[in-house]
Amino acid sequence: MSVVVTEGLTKKFGHFTAVDHISFEVGKGEIFGFLGANGAGKTTAMRMLCGLSKPTSGTGIVAGFDIHKNPEKIKRNIGYMSQKFSLYEDLTVRENIRLYAGIYGIREKEIAPRTDLLLEELEFSHEKNALVKSLPLGWKQKLSFSVAIFHDPGIVFLDEPTGGVDPSTRRQFWELIYKAADRGITVFVTTHYMDEAEYCNRVSIMVDGRIDALDSPRNLRKTYESDTMDGVFHKLARKAKRQAD
Amino acid sequence: MLKYSIEKEFKQIFRNPFMKRMIVIFPLMILLFLPLASNFEIKNINLVVVDNDHSSYSRQLISKITSSGYFILREVSLNYISALKAIELDTADVLLEIPHSFEKNLVKEKQSDIMLSINAVNGTKGAFGSSYLSSIIRDFSSQVAIQWLPVSDSNQIPSFQIMTQFRFNPHMKYPVFMVPALMVMLMTIICGFLPALNIVGEKEKGTLEQMNVTPVKKLTLILSKLIPYWVSGFIVLTIGFLIARIVYKLIPAGSIFTIYAFSSVFILGISGFGLVISNYGKSLQQAMFMIFFFIITFIFLSGLYTSVSSMPDWAQTISIFVPLKYMIEVLRMVYLKGSSFGDLTTQFLALTGFAFFFNGWAVLSYRKVS
Repeated sequence: MSVVVTEGLTKKFGHFTAVDHISFEVGKGEIFGFLGANGAGKTTAMRMLCGLSKPTSGTGIVAGFDIHKNPEKIKRNIGYMSQKFSLYEDLTVRENIRLYAGIYGIREKEIAPRTDLLLEELEFSHEKNALVKSLPLGWKQKLSFSVAIFHDPGIVFLDEPTGGVDPSTRRQFWELIYKAADRGITVFVTTHYMDEAEYCNRVSIMVDGRIDALDSPRNLRKTYESDTMDGVFHKLARKAKRQAD
Repeated sequence: MLKYSIEKEFKQIFRNPFMKRMIVIFPLMILLFLPLASNFEIKNINLVVVDNDHSSYSRQLISKITSSGYFILREVSLNYISALKAIELDTADVLLEIPHSFEKNLVKEKQSDIMLSINAVNGTKGAFGSSYLSSIIRDFSSQVAIQWLPVSDSNQIPSFQIMTQFRFNPHMKYPVFMVPALMVMLMTIICGFLPALNIVGEKEKGTLEQMNVTPVKKLTLILSKLIPYWVSGFIVLTIGFLIARIVYKLIPAGSIFTIYAFSSVFILGISGFGLVISNYGKSLQQAMFMIFFFIITFIFLSGLYTSVSSMPDWAQTISIFVPLKYMIEVLRMVYLKGSSFGDLTTQFLALTGFAFFFNGWAVLSYRKVS
């Protein structure tokens, strides 16, 4: 059972082809790494899958719904964490959770107990009434991830979730990702950290809007005759003609 | 869903110290001070006199002018040249020259000339000064004429007096004219432009995109932005009523409910207008400048300061499309004339039209998907 299926998905901005006929599938419960240099088209591809951006051509099915016909139904069944931190900084931790829980249609009386449970798991309980803007970045990222999966979506899209986060918090963050995957939530994640790529079940590498490689980290290393994912990435990214932004 | 979104907006408004000031202190300042500052009555016109005659009539005329209260006698010059200097230095607005043989001519030939020179750099002051001065001089000449006539003949002079009566604002007080219009301006800023800036602000922060990946409906999102500001708009309006009553002793001659009813339609329209701006503004800076442009246009074309009927034709045509014009008319008519709903159908239709037009445009131009 695939959660994401795309066929020739393309996005053009004028003459510029940001995403060039990408076709791939993501299976249920999988942790799918989406790699590529800056400007390779990762974010644009992800935005199309989330229903934020209309594809120029090609088809895509996310969580069982067509991205052309039912973008709003997709939105009900996915979580999204953007590159830029985007919870409300002037609301408290609890209030942010309550807002998004409410919007995703979680029943009023379930919200409070589930919030308490989540905050206990995150060891956030003492900060529950703190304004989000007062939290350190690592905590903010963990919180936004937890908010993105609070409604148990079929798949969660994470756009560089660990950018600028310290190594130990990054580790904790990946523990959260594994926990979510254990719950059956598919994780679609972009990253620039090659150690993180090793944590994924499968990894795709985008070069100039195309997917040039897609396999498990081990197979990729074998194919590209490299000891590390870092080596694999360099071999592929060197082919890029497009200027990084 | 709407419940949670509105709850969030209210929390943000109450937590933001700037918003509280904006909703309470801003209207207080505007309504307490601006009506007093924006006074068109011209007083303290600086006068220079060149009295070449030094006769009893010329002295009578000067004292009549200075006792009118509108003029301040800055200087009595010896000659025209030095008096003109005062005008050039901008210390005088009006120059009055009484010729050498003023009294002689008046007595002998029953007529005499006087020269007025006006400093028209400040056009309004100059124009008002010359017209006040001419009417005082006219008054003086008819006084002189009456003095000279034999008592028996006095009732034979055909003379008439114009009695002016100002209806609805008998003392021509400017606050009476300004306060209702300023209330409309306040509603425009608070219900129209604040939500627009709020939305563009969320665009910049990226929180709006986060909302766009949720299943929240367009209408829910828009309503959750508008409702808190509508509530604020009514608070501001009520503050306005209280200030008008307490400070300016202004009580609407018509029903206060007529005003609330019209305001609710007006608020709908103007916040729709703000939404249209927010849909096209990509950054706060862009949105701010669009708003500046429209606020200035609205101030000058809505009849807030200058009456629409005395504008050039093209300006009058544009003002047809300014929603504020209708709302200002409504407030002035209800406050001063006591007009009721039946007298204001044109305004009602216009405001309803704007509400549909702008909100329709806003919903159509709002995109959850790019």
